[in-house]
Amino acid sequence: MKKRLISLLAAATMTAVMFAGCGATSDSSEAGSDAGSADDTATVAAEDEGSVLNIYCWNDEFRDRVVAHMPGYEATGDYEGKLGDVTVKFLVTPNQDNAYQNNLDENLLKQDSASADDKIDIFLVEADYALKYVDAEYTMPIADLGIADSELANQYQYTKDVMTDSKGVLKGLSWQGCPGVLIYNRAIASEVLGTDDPAEVQNAVKDWDTFKDTAAKMKAAGYKMTSTTNDAYRVFSNNVSGKWVQGNKVVIDPNIKKWVDMSKEMADAGECGTQDLWSSEWSAGFKAPGDTFCYFGPAWLINFSMGNGPDKDDDGSIAHAGGWAAANGPQGFFWGGTWICAAAGTDNAGTIAEIMRALTTNEEVMTEIVKQDSDFVNNKPAMEAAAKDDSFAFAILGGQNPLQMFCDGAGKIDLSNQSAYDQGCNEEFQKAMKNYFDGNATYEEALEQFNKAIVEKYPGLETE
Amino acid sequence: MEKKRKSHSVARYNKWGYIFLIPFAATYVVFQLIPLITTIYNSFFENYRSGLTIIGPNYVGLENYKTLLGNGELFSYFKNTMIMWVLGFVPQIIVSLLLGAWFSDPSLRLKCQRFFKTVIYLPNLIMASAFAMLFFTLFADGGPINSILVSLGILDEPYQFMIHVGSVRGLVAFMNFIMWFGNTTILLLAGMLGIDTSLYEAAQVDGATATQIFYRITLPLLRPILLYVLITSLIGGLQMFDVPQVLTNATGDPMRTSMTMIMYLNKHLYSKNYGMGGALSVILFIITAILSLIVFKTTASPEKKEA
Amino acid sequence: MEKDNRKKGVNVGLRRAVAYLVLILITLLCLIWFYVLLINSTRSNSELIMGFTPFPSKYLVTNWVNVMHGSLPIVSGMINSAIVAMCNAVLCTYFSTMTAYAVHSYDFKGKKPIAAFILAVMMIPTQVTTLGFLQLIGKIGLEDKLLALILPSIAAPITYFYMKQYMESNLPSSLIEAARIDGSGEFKTFNTICIPLMKPAIAVQAIFTFVSSWNNYFTPALVIHDDAKKTLPILIAQLRGADFLKFDMGQVYVTIAFSIFPVIIVYLFLSKYIVGGVTAGGVKG
Repeated sequence: MKKRLISLLAAATMTAVMFAGCGATSDSSEAGSDAGSADDTATVAAEDEGSVLNIYCWNDEFRDRVVAHMPGYEATGDYEGKLGDVTVKFLVTPNQDNAYQNNLDENLLKQDSASADDKIDIFLVEADYALKYVDAEYTMPIADLGIADSELANQYQYTKDVMTDSKGVLKGLSWQGCPGVLIYNRAIASEVLGTDDPAEVQNAVKDWDTFKDTAAKMKAAGYKMTSTTNDAYRVFSNNVSGKWVQGNKVVIDPNIKKWVDMSKEMADAGECGTQDLWSSEWSAGFKAPGDTFCYFGPAWLINFSMGNGPDKDDDGSIAHAGGWAAANGPQGFFWGGTWICAAAGTDNAGTIAEIMRALTTNEEVMTEIVKQDSDFVNNKPAMEAAAKDDSFAFAILGGQNPLQMFCDGAGKIDLSNQSAYDQGCNEEFQKAMKNYFDGNATYEEALEQFNKAIVEKYPGLETE
Repeated sequence: MEKKRKSHSVARYNKWGYIFLIPFAATYVVFQLIPLITTIYNSFFENYRSGLTIIGPNYVGLENYKTLLGNGELFSYFKNTMIMWVLGFVPQIIVSLLLGAWFSDPSLRLKCQRFFKTVIYLPNLIMASAFAMLFFTLFADGGPINSILVSLGILDEPYQFMIHVGSVRGLVAFMNFIMWFGNTTILLLAGMLGIDTSLYEAAQVDGATATQIFYRITLPLLRPILLYVLITSLIGGLQMFDVPQVLTNATGDPMRTSMTMIMYLNKHLYSKNYGMGGALSVILFIITAILSLIVFKTTASPEKKEA
Repeated sequence: MEKDNRKKGVNVGLRRAVAYLVLILITLLCLIWFYVLLINSTRSNSELIMGFTPFPSKYLVTNWVNVMHGSLPIVSGMINSAIVAMCNAVLCTYFSTMTAYAVHSYDFKGKKPIAAFILAVMMIPTQVTTLGFLQLIGKIGLEDKLLALILPSIAAPITYFYMKQYMESNLPSSLIEAARIDGSGEFKTFNTICIPLMKPAIAVQAIFTFVSSWNNYFTPALVIHDDAKKTLPILIAQLRGADFLKFDMGQVYVTIAFSIFPVIIVYLFLSKYIVGGVTAGGVKG
């Protein structure tokens, strides 16, 4: 096992050397010195690497994973550490006001002229805007790092789809998966549907038509089906039949239109609100006894957002009483996740490959992440094993272990229809349609508002 | 000969005018004028980012201006901005003048003046974004304001403040009022306290009422500061951004009725649209200049009594 | 005389009552935000998600400890904020007074156009020049330097405008001329006669500049990238943008509450000058 790792590292080093040769900068002489002797130990491999590995990120999540789980990593400061001889630096720019992407863009555009120690080596992206970077020459193909497709066999396909560019080249990897399920209030299910058993509740939400029928029943009993119109948006937008932008034109997918129609009916009928996600109205249903039948969300929403678990202080939440349960819901979807990309022009390809392998392919490390951080990791065997292990049951879900559902969901997500404009389109569409749901505009007016906003955001696009 | 020497010595003093201007001028040219000229220059080009690809710069002449002025959107954002500014400014200036008059009125002998004067400025110390966060919490559909109003029987069901034009604009204006009336009061107060108290005393001895003192002494002497308050508030109003941006989550909803001009500009800056952003900036500059000119002209004549 | 006073007395008593009533209402309106902020900073994240309650909870210390033991350099952020805000307040008020003094007390060629120019540029929104500003500081090597946040404050047209307006009613030219006759140099006159007379105005503008600099997020977030140089608003934004595992509004609120105290102290210190500053000057006939 170890020997294999070392030889792989050596191969990666060769690629790194080739890359250092391509990047026309000063420090390449140091890196290019002696690639031939790099076949026995990892330390030699490190010698050929640039001395500083710069990681661009927007929060501490990835740093925490590296600090806790990266073999051989030694923290020397809050945002600095050593991996062998390479100094690792985490450069954090908050996400707020798009600051992270702005900063990253500026520095990627300057990448060619930056000195070796200032070049970006790794940057992190989220799914919504991943293609913006993946489809550009600023991101290095994973294959060029020396990581073979076969090593990634255990990763969920959708996590790779997100990072595959228009030519089919894979350009980023993730250690986590964020498949989502339908999370429902057990008490309301028992009262209205006569059962809180996940399999039977699933029958009442198995497709959108039954979902709507159930919504009417909920309303009749004085409950909201979902908290807001935006809850279900992700489930629809993850299952579209075409891209948001085709050619140069913004196209409204039939599935998105279906969301609009369903949401309008539900909002008008009072079966859900129209507020934004994360607003206090949205989370009002978390509080006991609860007025909302269900939420759509991944594992992290259950564990970190719905209130304290039964083992913690009583905060008056349904979660504390273990009053939730999970069902597959009408369609598969995912929410969240962070991907690791290697920046073209990096002089640390070997170290990058080392990090990617450890965090995204090493089952041992990844199982450790599941146990310590409650992350849903991007490793099928690790998750399948956890799904069968009762110690992974969620107390918030009243002792249900939903991991099998998450695993099934992760397998079903199809992301072949994403575009580089998804973040802007999804955000602006939901914002514009809120006017329609609130009764402040007709569908056509709201659509026109969306078109306006899109052209402001992406001046090169055309609208219908 | 005598005369010549005198004018020479005045000129000798006056050269200090230039010397004292140097720090300002140098800093201004470097940090503001050069960036401004870049902005104006940019307004004649098509130049934006599409993802990581830079489009342009291509010279397009006045094309950006035509697009901006052609669709009438800008006018409605200007209207929104002015409505929200007036809604906030009118109560602000009334309350500030009233407080200023009370504080500086020796016949009232208000106690705890120091306390009140200190308290009114405090809201300005909270970051605008944090302030908007608090407002959001309080005025939420299920928030404390609604539950108070419902439990008092004033409302039958929670009022959705965020989906009605009037209430969104009203909240923006109200927040601006709360954040800035203390500032205005302090400015006016500093001006009022600069007025020689013997003037008030003399007026009182002559039997003038508080109202008379206010209109005949305070207001005229306050004119320069009032002008300052009006102009800066107008400028601040035209640049209104943080509060509606955070409160409406950058949408300016419902249907962009609370979208201000700077929020619109910000939309173009998102895509690094230097061309459109530049053109919009130039238009904004012209609008502000015209408005300020009008204010100067109408307030400069000393015959006008009401401010 | 006595009769007159009695008649007025009723009137004054009523007006005083109204004044107190209004003042108390306004005080409540001003302080309630601090109350909400303090309450929120005593609550845990999950309690905050559950909605607002008017009663404090018990997590103030926990939130505080979490912030201090978190990875964000809050203390150095506070020092940076203090340095920038203090320098801004001093430089901005001093040089704006100087500029206003130049226009107010001297008669030189081109004065009118220069004064008009400053008034005109006062109206340019800061957002307009930001992109050009960023390109510029990149070129002159000020990117990621606190100096880039400090130096521009020397040219503050709005502060200048206030100083000039204030001088018009509060700085008699007779005083300056008297100083000249006494043989005082121009620079010395400015520092020893003008500055003391302008104390209330300087205090007012120093507060405004300090506060707006302390709370400024827009420009610093674009200029500063190095953690050791970040100012508080950037760190607060970073807290708010934290990942879902760490997302903790309790920490955000406690940091906001914590960041307000220094401004309050500076404000209380300076407001003393506004209230009592005028009598200290030498305004006499």
